[in-house]
Amino acid sequence: MKTVRIGNGQGFWGDSVDAPVELLRGGEIDYLGMDYLAEVTLSIMMRQKLKNPETGYATDFIQFIRRVLPELVERNVRVICNAGGLNPHGARSKVFEVAHELGVSGFKVGVVEGDDIQPRLGELIAGGHELANMDTGEPMAPIVDRVTSANAYLGARGVVDALDQGALIVLCGRVTDTALALAPMAHEFGWDFEDWDRMSAGTIAGHIIECGAQCTGGNFSRWWEVPDLWNVGYPIVEASSDGTFVVTKHEGTGGMVTVDTVSEQLLYEMGNPNEYIGPDCVADFTSIQLDQEGPDRVRVSGITGKPRTPFLKISASYLEGFKATGQLTVSGPRAIEKAQLAAETIWKRLERGGVVFEESQKTVELVGVNACLPGIAEAPQDPPEVLLRLGVHDANRDKLARFGKEIAPLVTSGPPGVTGFAGGRPKPQEVVAYWPALLAREEVEDHVRVSVEEA
Amino acid sequence: MRVRLYQIAHARSGDKGDGSNVGLIANTPELYELIRDQVTAARVKEHFREVCMGEVERFEVPNLNALNFILHDSLGGGGTESLKTDAQGKTHGQGLLSLEIEIPDEGEA
Repeated sequence: MKTVRIGNGQGFWGDSVDAPVELLRGGEIDYLGMDYLAEVTLSIMMRQKLKNPETGYATDFIQFIRRVLPELVERNVRVICNAGGLNPHGARSKVFEVAHELGVSGFKVGVVEGDDIQPRLGELIAGGHELANMDTGEPMAPIVDRVTSANAYLGARGVVDALDQGALIVLCGRVTDTALALAPMAHEFGWDFEDWDRMSAGTIAGHIIECGAQCTGGNFSRWWEVPDLWNVGYPIVEASSDGTFVVTKHEGTGGMVTVDTVSEQLLYEMGNPNEYIGPDCVADFTSIQLDQEGPDRVRVSGITGKPRTPFLKISASYLEGFKATGQLTVSGPRAIEKAQLAAETIWKRLERGGVVFEESQKTVELVGVNACLPGIAEAPQDPPEVLLRLGVHDANRDKLARFGKEIAPLVTSGPPGVTGFAGGRPKPQEVVAYWPALLAREEVEDHVRVSVEEA
Repeated sequence: MRVRLYQIAHARSGDKGDGSNVGLIANTPELYELIRDQVTAARVKEHFREVCMGEVERFEVPNLNALNFILHDSLGGGGTESLKTDAQGKTHGQGLLSLEIEIPDEGEA
């Protein structure tokens, strides 16, 4: 039976820059998927694009292409990614520019667009689409002026179209992570887009590998069992036309692929396991059968699913004030009490200066005592040192700048043993908040465009 | 005898809106039954009482010997709004593994 090898070399924007190169060079793969977009990444790209219309895509991807383009063309390894961000055409121009510099030609690059609905928000809301926040139920209209990006999660169809047209590289904006694996399967095996079990199999394959090393030993509970984590192999799915697949990694790499490492990733960011809703189908995670077929080989079978919903998920971002965080290290006897006194001192001096923050908009953490798991992990009674971390959130930027000025003085005018103030005064940062919503599928899909051009 | 979950199970967590999810996977099908009977949504809520300000929902995933918990309102606002060090609930899986349950003395531990 024909199998197709699909790797994932990038779990998020900021993941290892060497991982996709190692994955490409470490053995045979047919496709390389790369995820560059987190929930608010598109908002950051919007800022960049406003300053310079030629930007707005993931520049890490261009650096990757510069390193490997001749090999991709020679071996015909096809790359699917969402690095196009808000400007996939700009990203394609840059890829062509790099190809020209390297003297590489005779390959095609596809662009899938139509995910960016920000320019249409006014029209959509006027047309009766509330775009209500999925977490709070509030309609978008009152905050629409503060929206900095709004993109639909596209499914696999546009990518499959680009692959059908011969694209070696497919640049998308907000295509869903799982489509990076489903699309090459649907393309290679000619799957029907209404074969819900196959769509679900491809979606689950995508879910397993979308976070890179998280299914090959990264972030694994029994970390002490994982060999050579420093050289962890990024995942590969060996897919078959019947919808079964094997999760594996290149020989000679570190990490491990076991039923346990794959199970942990299957449950990552999971809601209701009976209904994993994506743009292409509704997958049933309770149908999945896992078997250890050999060392670093887990067979996945039995997957079933249901028809896609009439909606696509929208990921929007909007400005929600400012935040600032600062920290000090407090060392020596009675470190916890000294850190508490330091925090109290900062709030009182701010108050004396007329700067008061709402209680719910302030945070004080004692890292090393109980910052992450208060009430759960047993806190030490008298640790030798504590990292005091303070944070504030407010609509008024000036108040946050004032907060930033009250941290350093503690070194000389606070309790003894206070150090670790480095990197200057904490600066106010804009808070870009996340707004998840649903939109009728046809409002987006009618606008999806695919174009394939040759270098 | 009483054991901590990390002796008989493993877990992973991440963010889910303004809450987190924790997937808890038993090491064997027999242990899954013990965990399913004892690690209720109410017990997890009590365990995370200083972290999770909302409800705890529980789903069963028997084919993976697993339970999935949603800890609503547990990230101090979630995502980029949160001021917490662990704004994405990445540590909640490790936190759940410190919960104690009762297993039979002849049981695997």
